[in-house]
Amino acid sequence: MNHHPTIKPLADARTAAQSHFRTLRLGTPFQPRIDALALKQDWYNWAGYRAPHSLWDEELEYFAIRSQAALFDISPMTKYRIEGPDAEAYLDRVTLRDVTKLKPGRVHYTAWCDDDGFVLDDGTLFRLSPTRFRLCSQERHLPWLLDSAFRYDVTVEEETEAVAGLALQGPTSFAILRDAGFAGVERLKIFDLAEFAHEGATVTISRTGFTGDLGYELFVPTDKALSLWDRLMAAGELRGIRAIGYTALNRARLEAGLIVANADFTAAEHAIRADRLRMPDEIGLGFMIDPDKGHFNGRRAILEARSKKRLRHVLVGLEIEGNIPAEHAIVYYRKSQEVGLVSAAMWSPMAKRNIALASLQRPYGDTIVDDLWVEIYAMRELQYQKLMKKAKVVPRPFIKLDRRTANPPADF
Amino acid sequence: MTSSELNWDAIVIGGGHNGLVAAAMLAKSGRRVLLLEAGNEVGGAARTEEFAPGFRVSAVAHLLNRLHPDVVKTLELERHGLTIERGNFVPSVALSKNGPLTLHGAYGEVLTGASSAEQSAWKQLRAQLLRYAGVLKPFLSRRAPDLGNMSLAEMTGLGQTALALKRLGKEDMRDFLRVLLMNVYDLLDEQLSDDRLKGLLAFDATLGSHLGPRSPTSLLGLYYRLAGEIGGLAGAQVQPKGGMGAVVAAIRAAAEKAGVSIRHASPVARVIVEKGRAVGVVTQSGETLRAKTVVSAINPATTILDLVGPREVDTGFVRKVRNIRMKGDAAKLHLALDRPPQFPGVDAAGHKGRLVIAPSPDHVERAFNPSKYGAFSPEPVMEITLPSLVDASLAPCGACVLSAVVQYAPYALKEGWTAGKPLFLKAIMAQLEIYAPGIGATVRHAELLTPADIEARYRMPGHWHHGELQADQMLMSRPVSGWSGYDTPLEGLFLAGAGSHPGGGISGAPGLNAARRIIAMRA
Amino acid sequence: MKAWDAIVIGGGHNGLVNACYLQRAGLDVLVLEKNDWVGGAATSRELTPGFLYSNCSYVCSLFRPEIMRDLELPRFGLQVISYEGGAVFTRDGDYLANYRDHDAHRREFARFSKRDAEAYDRYSRDVTRQCRFIQPLLMRTAPDPTSFKPRDLGELLYLGKKFVGLSAEEMALTLRFWTMSISDFLDEYFETDVIKANFALSGIIGTALGPMSPGTAYVLLHHYMGEVDGSVGAWGYARGGMGAVTKALAASFKASGGTIRTGAEVDHVLIKKGKAKGVVLAGGEEIYGKLVVSNADVKRTFLKLVEEKELPEIFLRRVRNFKIRGSSGKVNIALDSLPEFPALPKDSPVYRADMHFTDSIERMERAYDDWKAGRWSADPFLDMMIPTTLDPTMAPPGKHFMSCFVQYAPPKIDGRDWTDADRDGFAESVISQIAQYSPGFRDRIVHMEVRTPREIEAEVGLTEGNIFQGELTFDQLLFNRPVPGYAQYRSPIGGLYMCGSSTHPGGGVMGAPGRNAAAEILRDLAKPTLHMSPAHDVI
Repeated sequence: MNHHPTIKPLADARTAAQSHFRTLRLGTPFQPRIDALALKQDWYNWAGYRAPHSLWDEELEYFAIRSQAALFDISPMTKYRIEGPDAEAYLDRVTLRDVTKLKPGRVHYTAWCDDDGFVLDDGTLFRLSPTRFRLCSQERHLPWLLDSAFRYDVTVEEETEAVAGLALQGPTSFAILRDAGFAGVERLKIFDLAEFAHEGATVTISRTGFTGDLGYELFVPTDKALSLWDRLMAAGELRGIRAIGYTALNRARLEAGLIVANADFTAAEHAIRADRLRMPDEIGLGFMIDPDKGHFNGRRAILEARSKKRLRHVLVGLEIEGNIPAEHAIVYYRKSQEVGLVSAAMWSPMAKRNIALASLQRPYGDTIVDDLWVEIYAMRELQYQKLMKKAKVVPRPFIKLDRRTANPPADF
Repeated sequence: MTSSELNWDAIVIGGGHNGLVAAAMLAKSGRRVLLLEAGNEVGGAARTEEFAPGFRVSAVAHLLNRLHPDVVKTLELERHGLTIERGNFVPSVALSKNGPLTLHGAYGEVLTGASSAEQSAWKQLRAQLLRYAGVLKPFLSRRAPDLGNMSLAEMTGLGQTALALKRLGKEDMRDFLRVLLMNVYDLLDEQLSDDRLKGLLAFDATLGSHLGPRSPTSLLGLYYRLAGEIGGLAGAQVQPKGGMGAVVAAIRAAAEKAGVSIRHASPVARVIVEKGRAVGVVTQSGETLRAKTVVSAINPATTILDLVGPREVDTGFVRKVRNIRMKGDAAKLHLALDRPPQFPGVDAAGHKGRLVIAPSPDHVERAFNPSKYGAFSPEPVMEITLPSLVDASLAPCGACVLSAVVQYAPYALKEGWTAGKPLFLKAIMAQLEIYAPGIGATVRHAELLTPADIEARYRMPGHWHHGELQADQMLMSRPVSGWSGYDTPLEGLFLAGAGSHPGGGISGAPGLNAARRIIAMRA
Repeated sequence: MKAWDAIVIGGGHNGLVNACYLQRAGLDVLVLEKNDWVGGAATSRELTPGFLYSNCSYVCSLFRPEIMRDLELPRFGLQVISYEGGAVFTRDGDYLANYRDHDAHRREFARFSKRDAEAYDRYSRDVTRQCRFIQPLLMRTAPDPTSFKPRDLGELLYLGKKFVGLSAEEMALTLRFWTMSISDFLDEYFETDVIKANFALSGIIGTALGPMSPGTAYVLLHHYMGEVDGSVGAWGYARGGMGAVTKALAASFKASGGTIRTGAEVDHVLIKKGKAKGVVLAGGEEIYGKLVVSNADVKRTFLKLVEEKELPEIFLRRVRNFKIRGSSGKVNIALDSLPEFPALPKDSPVYRADMHFTDSIERMERAYDDWKAGRWSADPFLDMMIPTTLDPTMAPPGKHFMSCFVQYAPPKIDGRDWTDADRDGFAESVISQIAQYSPGFRDRIVHMEVRTPREIEAEVGLTEGNIFQGELTFDQLLFNRPVPGYAQYRSPIGGLYMCGSSTHPGGGVMGAPGRNAAAEILRDLAKPTLHMSPAHDVI
């Protein structure tokens, strides 16, 4: 006698979604526009989406950020909607910075840690109303966020696919938004956000970005994505608006001294090797820690590491002599003792300096900052030109642009 | 001056036996200690209670077999009314349709009712079990090793264990390492042949845990039992006169002698946390009591999730606490009987002992199966005592109390315990009727405490051990990994209940070890 | 009369690996195989015209790449065809697939639970950490914890260092991991039944345990080990069936000068003065060798091939106590066309991967309850695949071979031997389950081979039909495998060695026991082992 359970067929959204296996890289809501501009067809995988490295010319795309306005599709960024009476208290416990100080209509850059004080990720927190937030990050954290919500009156929902996002960055970005008819956008100070009407829906515009330049980020329901794109492109035509890919953006962010999870540090839930974990103080995020606010995840471990001087690494900005980028170069003390690794490097066209981010083992980079060297393996026609170059610890950002924070924003 | 203005050195939450032990130890160290008990009397699951007019019984635990000698000695319990004499040891009787088999003395120093071949096999196995349990015994009265930060004392402790292992001799040590995490079923199969004896041992190994005899690691349950001792003899057991409440009364007397203030009917609403430090409690009546140290001898999950609240601790820790498996399978049956029941073939001494219905390891395993899916055993296994035969004051003249721990009664019964309880009681009575024919007709009153009832009545969420006592929830993993040493992520807050190492049973060891830890930390 | 340098009893994959390494060290090696073909449980057999059956083991995943390289298996024809993922069919007419692409994998899980979809990374990190801890132990001889020999102490120190190299959190997880049930372990990560079932199956395959049994989390590792540190494409079908693995091994062995005799069943090992001197075949023929290596399981070796009086009592007791209960069976089916699964889109890669119908832990555990009671599972767990979707050499054009691994099947039914009627009932439980998900399935069947533990024992010689030559519980791992005191491939009899899956690190078509045994033998002979690649680094 056999006792197999009977099969009851079911037709619903779950079965309808089966077909995803035919498309390993999804398009974003802006894909038709981006496809049309992707003359190079140079794609990479951003969290399962087909995203452009570069659309037509990475140099010119970079200069669009610095001299005109660049439009960058940030839809694949992971987004969580966090809402409820306890949302503020909840986020204050989950993230490092004091959320009670984040007013509605404001954004801050923050990070969150596990119990041992190791950074799970960094991201931006948007306070849309007293009880509604959006948390944007590189990696995915739903189980952590849900488990953290235990006994809080709050709902956490992943809304990556439902919300399309655009970054409009560069000197003319404000003028474009104004000309596109977003009245009142001139009132947005750095890290402000406001809601604007678009085609019967709402677009959230914040004066934020990942470039260190004047710039904005726009979030809109997926079905209004294309019309928003067209609205910006039309308004920006004469002000040099250009769609760009990640290579250009990555340069701008490095000049701005900003770090990227799983590029400049390994996110705790991804670290297989125990020594790859990093505390906020070890990746330059120590400024976020507020020992006087209420309890937050990792507090005990972070304060203990500080008091017992158990911090082992430090992330620093380096200026390296010459102009050869030191990407993934090993950092030495006195040219001989290995003390760290460069995680990102470039010749900065804005700063006209050879810059890098590096993770060093304390005390190097912390109390010992002299006599640091990087060994650059520059591949030239199938040979490494090995260069030992002097490196100097310098403050970040590597460039500081007054227009980023100027009020009212300049009309370029 | 009211007590709220007093500044206590330590507040102990929960007046179960571990709470009392911890409080007494701390008071003896010179601390001013306040113990807060939610109920109207202390003792928790080790109380003696009236369940029918004139009938009194040990609430949950009904046999004393592991009260830690350090507790007895340090608290001078014998001076406070505890008497344990060798003559009081009671036997364990494996009931069977084919006549009983009895383990006399300390866990079967003498075995009767079995073939001579079985007797010699048992002698060997018993010696082996006691030897191996002896290797593990020192762990009971120590903190579990702190993996991240091992102290010299801990290293020395582990070194001593290694030496104890070496002392076993090469072949014995090999066998020890082989069987350590084995299931009890296979080990019994290797060495014994009498199903009654094997059934009894299989029952003992799995009693109070969500395991069947065939589950790997189930042998640890037997070691845990045999690492315990009473009256200096491992595996011995007594039915305390006056029920378990009498044992608690002795500990209480010791605590009061040491200067512990005990307040009844004072359930704690929350632990006050200031900047990552526990600084006192607020009672449910709204009173604020402050202390340097807060010791919780109640369930670890209740402590962290309800009294402290998840907001004051980290998500990973909350995750671990919520992952503590504590869905128990043990129910407690109390019968008020017109007269003592007769278990055919069992002598008078046997009736005063522990009577076990677990006819074979396969039977125990079959009883376990439904519990995995949220159903109770249709043919439950159980250990029965008749406490009024040992202490006549527990029942009206001529009448009798029957106390039984019955498995498997899953905490989360699919149909719910309201619907399930009468059905389970019927299944238990059917088993009892087989081994004590006619017992049903003499029942004056029956009280069945399901895990849900035990939770409600004794504030023991889900499980009487405050967490499954399985390999992955023992030692460094009890109550949760990273925090197995009685301290918590909150400075000044300690855990001292059965949810902490070494675990459940009337041992006092968690309370003892926690107090020692606090004293060592000068907290 | 000729005395071989070494006689290997049994031409299974471990016997052949062992023989290859010994032969390549310059020994003159004879492999004796009772069947008319080599391969043991890694065979391809034409049981009906035109169809090749991988009738025991059915996938290539665990075979150590170091051994493949040393023995030049690709040169001798071994081709492993990678396949992608697999699926669990659900009772509501859907399925949960595993895709190799990280994001497709997440999106597939998100169909059932967004939370579980995002929990996968942490789960996979934690399992990977455990694998990284265990994997280096596969190719090392387990130390004897009771020994004070420098080598054993050194190995213990190595183990200790591996352990201490972990963070406190990892150590704690490691300790828990070894004693947890896969069900409890998964509960800490996932909320959805089918997703848990999808992972739990790796914790039970080949064991006589259910997913709720403590210790099954470790078994999961045993099946995941193939995937650590860049063994890309580890899961695959051997082209031509699993026999291709042993065929290549045999070819490699012969090419290096080795000799294989098939149809040569060993009756017993010749022992003189406590030393193995050769073997006696079933027909009475005596063959002499300076040493004898047994690829048979430890029970068969010491309870059947060696006389009791030659062995110390304590050793015999431990061998008798070795748990080697069969828990699985196999139904191999020749099909005249590709079966259809209406739940699957027609272009789904799942057709080319492993398929399962057990969509909850509870169904798996209930299947195990039947085994405990001495019955085959009424609602069995199947690990089913159709290798001919990727390898046309195994069946005539348009036709297919299907391999169904079935759990649970006890070594005895209600305490008595299997009968043919039992076997048919067992087969029916399998066919009727498949037919539920694949209408018209029965009509496609051309031929079927049903293998209960009885058949597996009779043909392959695996005691009680246990595919791992002994259960993978903690009491039978590392220094306890196969028995305490003899976990280093040697036996109480001088010159008699073990090299089967009964020895560390255990079962699966891995080759490590055969290799490790060769290393120990060559050490005893003071021969160099330069031809043996050290285990790959795990960095």
